[in-house]
Amino acid sequence: MNLMAHLTILDRKLVRDLGRLWAQILAVALVMACGVATLVLSLGAYRSLEETRATFYDRYRFADVFASAERAPMRLADRIANIPGVARSQFRIVRSVVIDVEGMREPASGIAVSLPDHGEPALNRLYVRSGRLPLPGRQNEIAVIESFAKAHGFGPGDAFSAILNGRKQKLTITGVVLSPEYVYAIGPGDIVPTPSRFAVFFMPRSALEGLFDMDGAFNDVALSLRSGAQTQDVMDRVDRLLEPFGGRAARARKDQTSNAFLDSELTELKAMAFVIPPIFLFVAAFLVNMILSRLIALEREQIGLLKAVGYGRMPIAWHYSKLVIAMAFVGLAIGSAAGAWLGRGMAELYSKFFSFPFLVFRESPDLYAIAGFVTVGAALAGAARAIFAIVALPPAVAMRPPAPVRYRRLPGAANMLKSVVSPTTTMAMRHLMRWPLRAGLTTLGISFSVALLVTAWFSTGSINFMIETLFYRAERQDATIAFFDRKAPSALDDARHLPGTIRAEPFRQEPAILRNGQYERQISIEGLPPDSDLTKVLDIDLNHVTLPSGGLLLSERVADVLHLRPGDMATLELIAQNHRVVQAPVSAVVQSYIGLSVYMDLDALHRLAGDGERLSGVRVSVDANALPALYRTIKETPAVGSISLLDNSRLQFRRTIEDNITIMTTVYIVLAVIITFGVIYNSARIQLAEHARELASLRVLGFTRGEASSVLLIELAILIALAQPLGWILGYGFSWSVVQGFDSDLFRIPLVIEPSTFAKASLVVMAAGIVSSLIVRRRVDRLDLVRVLKTRE
Amino acid sequence: MAESVFSARGVTKVYRTGDVEVWALRGVDLDLYEGEMAVLLGPSGSGKSTLLNIMGGLDKPTDGEVYFRGEALGGYGESRLTRFRRDHVGFVFQFYNLVPSLTAWENVALVTEIARNPMKPEEALALVDLDDRMEHFPAQMSGGEQQRVAIARAIAKRPEVLLCDEPTGALDSKTGVIVLEALARVNEELGTTTAIITHNAGIRKIAHRVFSFHDGRIVESVENTQRIKPSEVSW
Repeated sequence: MNLMAHLTILDRKLVRDLGRLWAQILAVALVMACGVATLVLSLGAYRSLEETRATFYDRYRFADVFASAERAPMRLADRIANIPGVARSQFRIVRSVVIDVEGMREPASGIAVSLPDHGEPALNRLYVRSGRLPLPGRQNEIAVIESFAKAHGFGPGDAFSAILNGRKQKLTITGVVLSPEYVYAIGPGDIVPTPSRFAVFFMPRSALEGLFDMDGAFNDVALSLRSGAQTQDVMDRVDRLLEPFGGRAARARKDQTSNAFLDSELTELKAMAFVIPPIFLFVAAFLVNMILSRLIALEREQIGLLKAVGYGRMPIAWHYSKLVIAMAFVGLAIGSAAGAWLGRGMAELYSKFFSFPFLVFRESPDLYAIAGFVTVGAALAGAARAIFAIVALPPAVAMRPPAPVRYRRLPGAANMLKSVVSPTTTMAMRHLMRWPLRAGLTTLGISFSVALLVTAWFSTGSINFMIETLFYRAERQDATIAFFDRKAPSALDDARHLPGTIRAEPFRQEPAILRNGQYERQISIEGLPPDSDLTKVLDIDLNHVTLPSGGLLLSERVADVLHLRPGDMATLELIAQNHRVVQAPVSAVVQSYIGLSVYMDLDALHRLAGDGERLSGVRVSVDANALPALYRTIKETPAVGSISLLDNSRLQFRRTIEDNITIMTTVYIVLAVIITFGVIYNSARIQLAEHARELASLRVLGFTRGEASSVLLIELAILIALAQPLGWILGYGFSWSVVQGFDSDLFRIPLVIEPSTFAKASLVVMAAGIVSSLIVRRRVDRLDLVRVLKTRE
Repeated sequence: MAESVFSARGVTKVYRTGDVEVWALRGVDLDLYEGEMAVLLGPSGSGKSTLLNIMGGLDKPTDGEVYFRGEALGGYGESRLTRFRRDHVGFVFQFYNLVPSLTAWENVALVTEIARNPMKPEEALALVDLDDRMEHFPAQMSGGEQQRVAIARAIAKRPEVLLCDEPTGALDSKTGVIVLEALARVNEELGTTTAIITHNAGIRKIAHRVFSFHDGRIVESVENTQRIKPSEVSW
């Protein structure tokens, strides 16, 4: 009361109104809070991730251009460094190796990267998490990336083995490091990062030179550019210089694997900030409109009185605006707290997934200002119509009770129903028809919850489908063995003699730039034998495709981005064949969910490349009992560059996805329940307020509580029922846009919504609807008949 | 008699709802003089409330003009009208129109906060003998008490005119008398020009003058030579 004494009289009314309407206000505020939380969460996470990345790249000098070759002499280094526009340059030895960790049955893949013997690397510097960098002159010292060290519990002093140029060597860890090149560390042939099976380690150049016979040579180039430099121009010049030495096309930073994955993650977060919060703010605006319109209808006389005693339009409009703003602030407070809390959780999730030396969930005050601005804005927009109505209300009219509501007869068909349905149902239907806009918006609000749930759950279906297609229909091998260098066909026979091998099929990968007019993409053509059984190419409808004896099979994504269709001629620049340019027809468009896939018949690819029969690796299916022996052999085989195990991929893929999905689904269910509750509770409260007299009259006439409240419940039931199909359609649309958002050169998610997804979404919403309705029904049960009937409407 | 506070000249009001035209007032002329208490008498729908609303600046006539101290209200814009109500007019309504979420004291303070030269809310409440009910909410008071709060709220700004629309309409005779006594006291002690609408003929004898309305016209205007006290009224 003391606090109240400092308030103006209208503000005291405001405070008491807030107290009186708290349940409805809280219901709306929670919906707003969802909008604020998702906004703060996604924009906050987006910003912190982007800034963390920028800071890491900047401080640790992440390169702008990357290129590789077979073996280039050091004398080339100066010429590359002197290309106009190049600021700093780095010439390294980078080799993939097979790793053997004691206690782990299967072999792991690794990449060995050279460090300068003296001084820090000019580019792509390392952040030392613990220990130190290896010293030059010591043969067996390495620094290893943190994700691998963590997966095995390794620290400085621990050791593992690697096959380095045919020799198995014990490597001792001196330091655990993080590199801007491997923030997203994904092994060759893997679909998701498998930290335990992929190691990147760093050794002094002098040590690697000896091991790989790279004295005075390099096979990897990283460049940073001066501002204003033409990236493409620099890349072209690098390509020309490296061409005689087995150069592969240079890549810009945006195509660097780790960076590209980060980019897609950032895009996704940003999309979330622009898609989800507006839904909540829209629903909140509608709820504000509903509540305020009702409040104003109830307070017509008070508004008239205020005008009569000399309050102007503005103070009265401001009084009601303050109520709305207060509502928005409650939502803002809850949402900001939840957003900040969830944001930290999200940051933790990211730190598990990406390897940053630091990750700060930055509390940016402007974010809250933006959230506050849009929330208050949305709330006031929702209130605008009601507030304008107050302003326009002439005082004398305000003082008279509103004219009785005019109902319409139900249209033909519904009218016929009238003889079948009970009078209470007719009442409910008339209420709906009297306020079709409100009924429509309520339905839309509820359907948003259904849609959110469909969106949350569709991914499970889609990913199951993707796993099924990818791992059981398309890629059926147990292991993929990639060779170090291209091998002659005799390597296939060697593979057939590996322990336990049931079937072995060769493949050839030919890096190329695929062009069609102005469109181009760097791809890898995969040559497969025509009777390929372990790897099956699937058409758009997921039927097996027999490889034609010539011509390219493009995945949908490649066909889309290059605007190519079957029958078109595509231009190929064969990077590993001295950039020879050839033409090849497009035979078909096929399905592939991962990467930019282009397939060709193996022999046709040999002919296209023109360097004879060269194989990149083999895919094998293996007798499960023989796996340990196979692993042992591979760990000792020098020719093997890397091995990826499908069983591992399947498991890891599922685990990664399931972690994310469980979290996301929980969040979405909470959001959907809040929307449902907010919409239904408020609708029911308002209907109750409007029809209290009718309902009380029914009770006086002898209707039971159940019968009287059925008017209200039938109305809600109709709205909830109508919302289901609309929600399914919206959910399909949301899911489609999610799929579009994910669609990238890295992967594409199929849009598969299982019928059970729709059913589950509807069940949750209906359950939330029933609970909300029952809360209001209790109020009908407690109607004070005498008082309600005495109240002037 | 003193100077004219209100003059209505040919005031006509037509309401249109859909296709129906309702003639609430058909050319009414009326003068209210300084310090007088007038009773506007007539059956429901005879136009009394409409005239009162127009005089109080709550509504505008379709035709004709109302002058307040010689100035035409018709020329006032929305904000002038708001000022006019705020500074010069006090209203009392049949259904009290108290703000349910405010206490008696606060309902009065609602007006004193924005008025130019108000009395204290407790003073106004004392004038209607409610100084012991100041902290009560409307729901905790009887109808008569609520109406007296409404009167206190109307007079707290020291208005020049008090316009009362059926102030006793919702009250029983005993409570109504208490309310009328409050109005009479304000009229006498503060000299506030008072117009009371009623369809209760018993009340007319407390007024200086009585105007009888019928079908949107003033059909009779009588000056009371012999006024009675509110306590002598009953219905």
